[in-house]
Amino acid sequence: MLVSYNWLKNYVDLGEITPEQLAEKITKSGIEVDHVTYIAAKSTNVVVGYVASCEKHPDADKLNLCQVDVGEETLQIVCGAPNVAKGQKVAVALPGAKLPGDIKIKKVKLRGIESNGMICSLKELGLDPEYIPADVADGIFIFPEDTVAGESVTSLLNLDDAVLELDLTPNRADALSMLGVAYEVAAILDKPIILPDESLKIESKKSAHDFIKVEVEAEDLNPYYGAFIIKDVEIKASPLWMRNYLMAAGIRPINNVVDITNYVLLEYGQPLHAFDYDRFASDKIVVRRAVDGEKITTLDNQERTLGADTLVITNGKEATAIAGVMGGANSEVMNETKTILLEAAYFNGASIRNTVKATGLRSEASTRYEKGIDPNRVKRAGIRACQLLKQYAGGTVLADVVEYDALDRSEKIVEVNTARVNERLGTEIDASTIAAILKRLDFTFEQAGNDFTVHVPTRRGDITIFEDMLEEIARIYGYDHLPFTLPVGVAQSGGLTGRQALKRQVKNYLQSAGLMETMTYSLTSEADITKLISPEVREQNPQAIALALPMTEDHKYLRLSILPELLHSLTYNQARNQANLAFYEVGNVFISDEETLTKQPTELLRASGAVTGKWVEHPWQQEVKDVDFFVVKGIVEGLFDFLKIPVTFSPVKLADMHPGRTASLEVDGNMVGFIGQLHPSLEKELDLKATYVFDINLDVLIKKYDAAPSFTSIPKYPSIERDIAFILDEHVHAGDVQTLIKEVGAPLVKQVEIFDVYQGGNVEDGKKSIAYSLLYQHPDKTLKDDEVEASYQEIVEAVNKAFDAYVRS
Amino acid sequence: MKEQLQAIQVEALEKIAGTDEIKALQEIRVAYLGKKGSLTGVLKGMGKLSKEERPVIGEIANKVRDAITTALDAKNEKLEQIALEKQLEAEAIDVTLPGKPVKQGGPHLLTSIVEEIEDLFIGMGYEVREGPEVETDYFNFEALNLPKNHPARDMQDTFYITNELLMRTHTSPVQARTMKEYKGEKAFKMICPGKVYRRDNDDATHSHQFTQIEGLYVDKNVRMSDLKGTLDVFAKKMFGEDREIRLRPSFFPFTEPSVEMDISCKVCHGEGCSVCKGTGWIEILGGGMVHPRVLEMAGYDPREYSGFAFGMGPERIAMLKYGVNDIRAFYTNDKRFLKQYHQA
Repeated sequence: MLVSYNWLKNYVDLGEITPEQLAEKITKSGIEVDHVTYIAAKSTNVVVGYVASCEKHPDADKLNLCQVDVGEETLQIVCGAPNVAKGQKVAVALPGAKLPGDIKIKKVKLRGIESNGMICSLKELGLDPEYIPADVADGIFIFPEDTVAGESVTSLLNLDDAVLELDLTPNRADALSMLGVAYEVAAILDKPIILPDESLKIESKKSAHDFIKVEVEAEDLNPYYGAFIIKDVEIKASPLWMRNYLMAAGIRPINNVVDITNYVLLEYGQPLHAFDYDRFASDKIVVRRAVDGEKITTLDNQERTLGADTLVITNGKEATAIAGVMGGANSEVMNETKTILLEAAYFNGASIRNTVKATGLRSEASTRYEKGIDPNRVKRAGIRACQLLKQYAGGTVLADVVEYDALDRSEKIVEVNTARVNERLGTEIDASTIAAILKRLDFTFEQAGNDFTVHVPTRRGDITIFEDMLEEIARIYGYDHLPFTLPVGVAQSGGLTGRQALKRQVKNYLQSAGLMETMTYSLTSEADITKLISPEVREQNPQAIALALPMTEDHKYLRLSILPELLHSLTYNQARNQANLAFYEVGNVFISDEETLTKQPTELLRASGAVTGKWVEHPWQQEVKDVDFFVVKGIVEGLFDFLKIPVTFSPVKLADMHPGRTASLEVDGNMVGFIGQLHPSLEKELDLKATYVFDINLDVLIKKYDAAPSFTSIPKYPSIERDIAFILDEHVHAGDVQTLIKEVGAPLVKQVEIFDVYQGGNVEDGKKSIAYSLLYQHPDKTLKDDEVEASYQEIVEAVNKAFDAYVRS
Repeated sequence: MKEQLQAIQVEALEKIAGTDEIKALQEIRVAYLGKKGSLTGVLKGMGKLSKEERPVIGEIANKVRDAITTALDAKNEKLEQIALEKQLEAEAIDVTLPGKPVKQGGPHLLTSIVEEIEDLFIGMGYEVREGPEVETDYFNFEALNLPKNHPARDMQDTFYITNELLMRTHTSPVQARTMKEYKGEKAFKMICPGKVYRRDNDDATHSHQFTQIEGLYVDKNVRMSDLKGTLDVFAKKMFGEDREIRLRPSFFPFTEPSVEMDISCKVCHGEGCSVCKGTGWIEILGGGMVHPRVLEMAGYDPREYSGFAFGMGPERIAMLKYGVNDIRAFYTNDKRFLKQYHQA
């Protein structure tokens, strides 16, 4: 809502308060003023001049030589405007004048002829071309004939006006009108409101009833319809003051009839519509729901097809307007229009809102209907418009308003108790202060000691309950005056849940292991939605969950894996010469096997990582090493170790992963994620060097994590180390052998580590040598050599049997 | 014999003094004190002495041996010291060469901010709650006093999945869920951080995904002044003790009265400058007293219970606190950006 400061002065005495100060006060009281702008930069020495004569410049076709009476003298001015003519009253920048854009006017010679000033267009005076009326858009501005030569144009053209741009929250529909803003400002400044003169003297003996009937077939959507008839109007420009205010409010003046409906719309917040009565071609208005597929050509010359929910105004045969949104071209007011059929109606907000959504048409009118208008202002606005049409369009207003009226105009009653106000606000406001605030708001009320019965004016449709009144009282009292206190009630120890605390620890671990945390988008593209899904997620048959109306194709589906977006982050960095990257993210993926969602998907917390480029970078000691599978595996093993959850790795083949360098992770025999190198073809597609990733189901780990493990005593007896090297088939997995050794060696073997893997040399082809280091320990006694030896032989035999292996001597 | 011993001492001490090598010193030790050493040789002749002479000469011999041993040990220590110094000098390295880098990661700036805020409110007795990112229309809107077709739904353009399921547009549904869980009986304080989604085009100030933290306190007799005091504590801890707060009336469907909170501009302290667009104040968060209908829908009797709620965007806080000027920077994960805030 754009509020002209000068216009507002008509309703509230603003005194010496500047537009900026006013903006600050309004903002602090609840309506945010986004900007204060001046409609034109300052100009000086611009006055009204009378063009006494106007002849062609002898040496220039497009220039005119004018003698202009500026009050005290007559000046010779050369003017290039196409619309300049003898007898006009125009804006003249005198020699020495300053115009917006830092232009200084001097005496000059134009094609040999002296020019003592400049005749100005509105644009040259600093007005926004967007709002300049069409008839003076391409030339100089022409004042009404009764303007006095020599008078300064500043106030005549409202050039010193400031505009406050209000950023209205949806509840404050009341401030979508000058009157609404005036009530607000009057309350803030504690000044009375000056309402516009609504008196209308009807001179006609004719009744509107003889010209029009109103039938409403959809009372739920249109509880009030008022039709006024104004005859013998003369379409011309509206008065200068009205044009000025409209331009300040961001509306381009058109002609008196259109301007008056717009003016009253802005003044009262009540949309009006003027039909050309003759073109309406009927003596009957029928308001009804559209027939599905019904067509109408609107004022903007667009043919629109309507749905059955749309409310239309018809002449009994065809639609002549989309109710509350836009009029039809077939009944539009034209320059030849003589008789006006003026509509002042109350349309249901939700219905208009649906129409706006369905048609994509939004207008000043629809915006107000959608948010809710004041039922007590509908008819008054119609009368105000009639009064203006009579005065500025020479119209004859017929007696009577033809109405359909089922409108509820009752005021809401809200009870306010002083103690309750103070309880909720934490204040000590007394009843007399509350009474004073209610008076400032111009709310009527009855007071009984500390109790108030407030009659909420219908213009404030947002106030229906005590808490709404509480806000009114608090904001006029001033939020600044509320004390600072801290809650005295609940004594609760705050904190993180075990899950939240562990999540933080997991992140800290991954960070100390060298990974940087990233934050990527949860919404991904069609190409990425199927990529790099962990095998145990895939087992759940997850469907790609799509947004109904995505903003872009890149962010259309709810991710099933963090990795694809994480990899895009790697690509982004590599393209910017950041080649060595170690990223991780902890976040949710969204799993549902429903093709059409009927319930919320499972949100699974996962930890995913991606590492590429150099892992060790210490060149001067010749220690530079690219990341490899075992770097990332080490990080993952470290995580499970940190969580004290045993994990096993098994080779697995997954789409988009290197077939020979990928492992699944299992805990208690259940898959919980995977790790490995990206498939080289995916690396190529993403423009990445060798990249290793992991993806782990953190929910399972958090659930399994034992936050308070029971105490295990530290072994007191010495341990014994034994090494064994086996020669095995090269396809045997070292981990399988390790598992077997642990099984057979239990309980004496506490630890089995691989310390050497060797192929070639004196190991025959197709074989490899793996050396294990075994740690023996007994909890209750010192082990004897023969006990260890027996276990050792048992292990050798078992491995031999299982893997056809023999001990390397 | 006495003279003989004294001569040995003089000779030995001279030799020790004149030696610069540990090996030579060893030889001297053998030559005088060894089994076949000269002092040993003299002492072997002790048997021939008279009873009276024996203790006298014995004492002298012991003194000579002690003197030689002491001199040998002292010289040995000195030579070893010299040798060690030589060796250490040879071992010297260029300490200006770079060390072996330790691989270090770090948290995302938003995580740091969220955890800072979490910890701040945990200190004031708040529990941390989380909820689903895919929400029902009911919890995201209706339970928050935003029935279908409510004009205020326009304030947040929503990513719907179906008519009833959507990407949550704020973390407020977690408030509704928490109240429901406490069945209208329990007083509590909680904050809920999380990801939220809006149907926006990504640009410098808009992101279709961002984070939020909201807080909720429900109890008997919660006052609006409690909200003001709590937000003041938050603002001072988060932005500095010298910052002031200002509450302005605002509108949210789920609170009444509603507030918007500004903090005084750190550059001009309320005077007005380019950072705060001349107002002296910077908008930080929104909040208010929980709307009675929201309490009611969650099972709390609004005549008995009241509450306050507030919500803020960690991105905005990061942008204000660290001067990040493009919200997309939080989601592009440029390594140089991430690294800047690892110690933040």
